[in-house]
Amino acid sequence: MLAAGAERGLRLMGTTELAGWGRYPRVGCELATLRREDELCQRLGASTLIARGNGRSYGDAALNPELTLSMLAMDRLLSFDAEQGLLECEAGVLLRDLLALYAPRGWFPPVVPGTAEVTVGGMVAADVHGKNHHGDGSFGSHVESFRLATGSGDILTCSRDRNPDLFRATVGGMGLTGVVLSVRFRLCRIESEYVRAETLGTADLDATMATLAASNDWRYSVAWIDPSAKGSILGRGLVTRGDFATDATAASRPTPASRRQLPSPALLSVGLNQASIRMFDALYHRVGRFRSGLRPVHYRSFFFPLDRVRGWNRLYGRRGFVQYQCVLPVAQSSRGLRAILEHVASSGHLAYLGVLKFFGRQGEGLLSFPMSGYTLALDFPMRSGTVDLLDSLDEITASHGGRVYLAKDACCRPDHLREGYANLESFAEVRRAAMNGCEFSSVMSRRLGL
Amino acid sequence: MALVLGATGDIGRAVARRLGRDGWQLQLAARDGQRLEAEARDLRLRGISVETHPCDVLSEDAGVSLLDALSATPDVAVCTVGVLGDQSAASDDWRTAERLMRTNYNGPALLMGELANRFEQRGSGVLVGISSIAGERGRGTNYTYGSAKSGFTAFLSGLRNRLWRSGVHVVTVKPGYVRTRMTDHLDLPGLLTVDPDQVADRIAVAIRRSQDVVHVGRLWRGVSLVLRTIPERLFKRMSLP
Repeated sequence: MLAAGAERGLRLMGTTELAGWGRYPRVGCELATLRREDELCQRLGASTLIARGNGRSYGDAALNPELTLSMLAMDRLLSFDAEQGLLECEAGVLLRDLLALYAPRGWFPPVVPGTAEVTVGGMVAADVHGKNHHGDGSFGSHVESFRLATGSGDILTCSRDRNPDLFRATVGGMGLTGVVLSVRFRLCRIESEYVRAETLGTADLDATMATLAASNDWRYSVAWIDPSAKGSILGRGLVTRGDFATDATAASRPTPASRRQLPSPALLSVGLNQASIRMFDALYHRVGRFRSGLRPVHYRSFFFPLDRVRGWNRLYGRRGFVQYQCVLPVAQSSRGLRAILEHVASSGHLAYLGVLKFFGRQGEGLLSFPMSGYTLALDFPMRSGTVDLLDSLDEITASHGGRVYLAKDACCRPDHLREGYANLESFAEVRRAAMNGCEFSSVMSRRLGL
Repeated sequence: MALVLGATGDIGRAVARRLGRDGWQLQLAARDGQRLEAEARDLRLRGISVETHPCDVLSEDAGVSLLDALSATPDVAVCTVGVLGDQSAASDDWRTAERLMRTNYNGPALLMGELANRFEQRGSGVLVGISSIAGERGRGTNYTYGSAKSGFTAFLSGLRNRLWRSGVHVVTVKPGYVRTRMTDHLDLPGLLTVDPDQVADRIAVAIRRSQDVVHVGRLWRGVSLVLRTIPERLFKRMSLP
């Protein structure tokens, strides 16, 4: 059976209070760091565990009170085929490190999420999407294969040809099928580190959605929407779209030195109040209007604007926050999004940072989040009533044929999950077989009855 | 050219990556050849030139055979070799204690001694030895480890004194708590605990500035001073972690 502990093997680090990026919920977990593959297969006491990357999933996905296995020390590069851009690395390698190493050489990951602080293993487990989902799909689509330690202690190579069921269950499977040890995936060629981007202001939800849909020829597109807007301006936003620059002017720009990280302002750490949220949005709108027109932006600012503010998740105060992200099928999107935004506006809760994005195709994983349609993400500071609010949003999402993103979720109910994810049964079947000897589970999987 | 001894450990790996990023060509040594190759492969993919030398500091002629195997005498050598061990096991069993002493003192000191002679002949080079705050004063909870580190600290200080005229510089690094495999099972105080990367960054600075004795983390210089100045009558009564 899959095991940790014992002499020379994994050593438990004792109970540590852990949380996701939203800092809600916080759970005392036995923590151990995996440093080498062979440590995992030795005898152990724990009969249940979950692998954890850099803790960037927002909710309770990477928490297991019995054993949470940190993968951060599994950070070695294994091979790189410069002909095909095929990279193999251990699961704990940070996207940030890959970017620092490969972007200057003209290679870029096929899909990057909104932060570079994630691990490659986490990108597989959440089947992350980026601003190019409409064209390129999610990260899993670019994964050639990965090696997975299952409950029996066997290490299986999974690809579309080998152990294809396990491949599909693990991509987007939130770590519930085993421990991803290494991943082989394709990088893309870029000609410069700059993205030629433009930002367009949109007056209401219809305009925002239409502009996003009309941006499908652009490789990258996303909209920030003003979650405090109501009535006729409901869903107004800023659509940003871009492509990697190919022309010499942009290519010859120097790589900016890694920018100083801004510490999150201490003043705000008591929690964002309503006024500051409104101010932020008003400001963002003004900035947006000034910045229209194509201009080259370094990829770090384009893809990871929030990474500049170290620990921005602390801005929401001690109780943390949740990010609600759902996707609705195209036909239902307009009505569903309107219902969600109206519900939020009338609830008295203020959302901060609304993000809207048009998704292309369904992800390959059995629990992949993306489906063809629009996805909306909203941040809510955690306070009394937030859980109820999210529950009613889940209700709206489910009734419009949508689903929530597990990497962000902390509150969803099992019945809402079942309505959104059609492949839960086949997932459970593959997972049961993979768990033979060790249960891969998290606070999330228990909450959701997975 | 920079030599990293103990290159598969958490601090060794961090030091190798840091020095590699700074442009050094690397020579890596560690006991387990297979694991050493895995680290070397990672570093090469990061664009760093690496040679590997399996080497067990407990073997009798570790220093001489390692130095003969190196493609060139390095300009910088960083010794990260060491194990914390378990004090109660070391108290109960002299073999365990002896192994702990040899791994933390004899092995590293003899290696540094050999390197020092080569560096002295050449008239240049920087030797960096990782000792420990535990060497400042023997504590009931880890005096076997502490005494070996204490010896290593004294050895390095002696080398520094002997070699400074010949253009060879010796850096003693005295980390406090570092989050590594060695300390995974300990409940470490957050404010006083540093990451291997911080140790590696500190070493890179110490090499550049030719510093003599360096601590890692803001509070440790003070902690070390307090540890050393508490009167023994009081110290013996204290229960320290």
